[in-house]
Amino acid sequence: MRVEPKKKKIEKHHLEDFVGRAYMSFCVLLLIVIIVSMVYFVASKGISTFTSGDVKITEFLFGTKWSPEGDTPSYGAFPFIAGSFLVTLIAALIASPLSICAALFMTEIVPGWGKKLLQPVIELLSGIPSVVYGFVGLSVIVPFLRNTFPGQGIGVAAGALVLSVMILPTITSVAADALASLPQNLKESSFALGATRWQTIARVILPTTFPAIMTGVVLGMARAFGEALAVQMVIGNAPFVPKSLFESASTLTSVITLSMGNTTMGSPQNNALWSMALVLMLMTFVFVLLVRMLERRNKI
Amino acid sequence: MQFRKTWVMALALTSVVALSACGNNNGGNNAATNNGGTNAAATNAPTETSSGADLSGSILASGSTALQPLVEQVAEKFMETNKDVDIQVQGGGSGTGLTQVAEKQVDIGNSDVFAEEKLKDADAEKAKALVDHQVAVVAIAAVSHPDAGVDSLTKQQLVDIFTGKVTNWKEVGGKDQKIQIINRPSSSGTRATFEGFALGTKTEDLQGSIQEDSSGTVKKMIGETPGAIGYLALSYLDDSVKTLKYDGVEPSVDNVVSGKYPVWAYEHMYTNGEPNEIVKAFLDYIMTPEVQTGDVVELGYIPASQMQVSRDVAGTVTKK
Repeated sequence: MRVEPKKKKIEKHHLEDFVGRAYMSFCVLLLIVIIVSMVYFVASKGISTFTSGDVKITEFLFGTKWSPEGDTPSYGAFPFIAGSFLVTLIAALIASPLSICAALFMTEIVPGWGKKLLQPVIELLSGIPSVVYGFVGLSVIVPFLRNTFPGQGIGVAAGALVLSVMILPTITSVAADALASLPQNLKESSFALGATRWQTIARVILPTTFPAIMTGVVLGMARAFGEALAVQMVIGNAPFVPKSLFESASTLTSVITLSMGNTTMGSPQNNALWSMALVLMLMTFVFVLLVRMLERRNKI
Repeated sequence: MQFRKTWVMALALTSVVALSACGNNNGGNNAATNNGGTNAAATNAPTETSSGADLSGSILASGSTALQPLVEQVAEKFMETNKDVDIQVQGGGSGTGLTQVAEKQVDIGNSDVFAEEKLKDADAEKAKALVDHQVAVVAIAAVSHPDAGVDSLTKQQLVDIFTGKVTNWKEVGGKDQKIQIINRPSSSGTRATFEGFALGTKTEDLQGSIQEDSSGTVKKMIGETPGAIGYLALSYLDDSVKTLKYDGVEPSVDNVVSGKYPVWAYEHMYTNGEPNEIVKAFLDYIMTPEVQTGDVVELGYIPASQMQVSRDVAGTVTKK
């Protein structure tokens, strides 16, 4: 009694398994190739500024004079690096308290309708295109700042305000997830000891979830650091370290988007822009490393 | 649960849409002013397959966003009469257009400036291979905030303002108000034209000056910022900003055509070597009176064919 055909036939679930694995491996491989080639492309273009001998790396990183079209061109990118850090830090300082409060509201104070109402609203914020943020900034925030503070309203303050709204959803959703994953018994024991809600939040919930919340803040900062269009529209784009928050300044992303299309590939200015892209990418790596470190510190 | 969540989202969406519909007028304006900076990568190319025309093939053009609307509009007309020709027009900026045409990635590179001005030093050889087709002229006027109180500026006054020597409008006969410069980025073709033919010198960026890269945003900023000065192509001028005379000459199409008003530049369409049959037909079509007096004028450019003066790459102006 030999069953001939059964031997040759591959079982259905084996086939599925094989196809699934092959498809998965293909996707992962493609992803790795894309990432590696992107890093390689930006790095090789970015480094060529320094290898071609046009600019010294110290001059690029710490020089304060950006005048690529001048008679003696100089490529000091410090104003842009400083501008990027400035707007990012201020945006995080504005957005973090707001986001953490929103997250607490959704998870601790009114977990029912608070979450149902607030979450879609905040998620909607992340779906708005950045050009819309830019125009709202230009039409609302800039005139407001112009009338309230000395200066033309344009500058780091306007950029940071626009960015803070843009990074709200990132910080809020990460913080809300962190708060929701907090074991219920921690809170219950705090309440059992007679602590008020405020004491529980301030002494138990926030300290325990601090690393996870900081993860959200760092992710938000990474987003702010890389945002180009909205910032470019409201920051003014003068290549100088600003003397005040209400004076025209630039970020790495704004100068790249402003000049990349107008310069020809391979020209020193174009290469310098790629070097800035490299700086941006390296900063993103730093942000990712920070997130990793924070995750390791996570106590829960 | 899932169902209810969807409802909340739908509700939120509709309310947002309703809100935006209320403010439609305002939003529409905003969207329109940004057109100059957006990159419409692909035009809606018709896909009719009917034959009848001799020409068939495709043309890819990229570069200047200032010239893009004209090329797009003419391309669509050209494709209507030549059904087998497919023309794609992309933006990206003059530098991108020149790079890509020099490397033969595109058939036509659109540029606001002469190729020799962008492809310099090591790339100078590349510029030599490019053939220039000047299809239109764009004139640029100095403009100020309506309340600055100045009607005309001399060349020297403009130089003083843009180099930071003069910082208050009263020094050039206007109100006692601080001057706020709204500039273009130093790599911009519009800025190169303004500096080259209005100021006669390159300027450094000043601390506190504002740089914007789309004409719409520049116009908005100048109209809203007290004491602002900047420059715009003639097609963008309206009542929200004050157009300044240059050395007493009104920036008008007639003055540009006759050569009285000097602040203008060609819009170039570069090909790498002599154009092939289809590209040549397309470029010839742009130079026909139908397009030059029709689309070119309609979109706010000045027809290159009507110019009574011409200018070479060194800036020397000769009467035709």
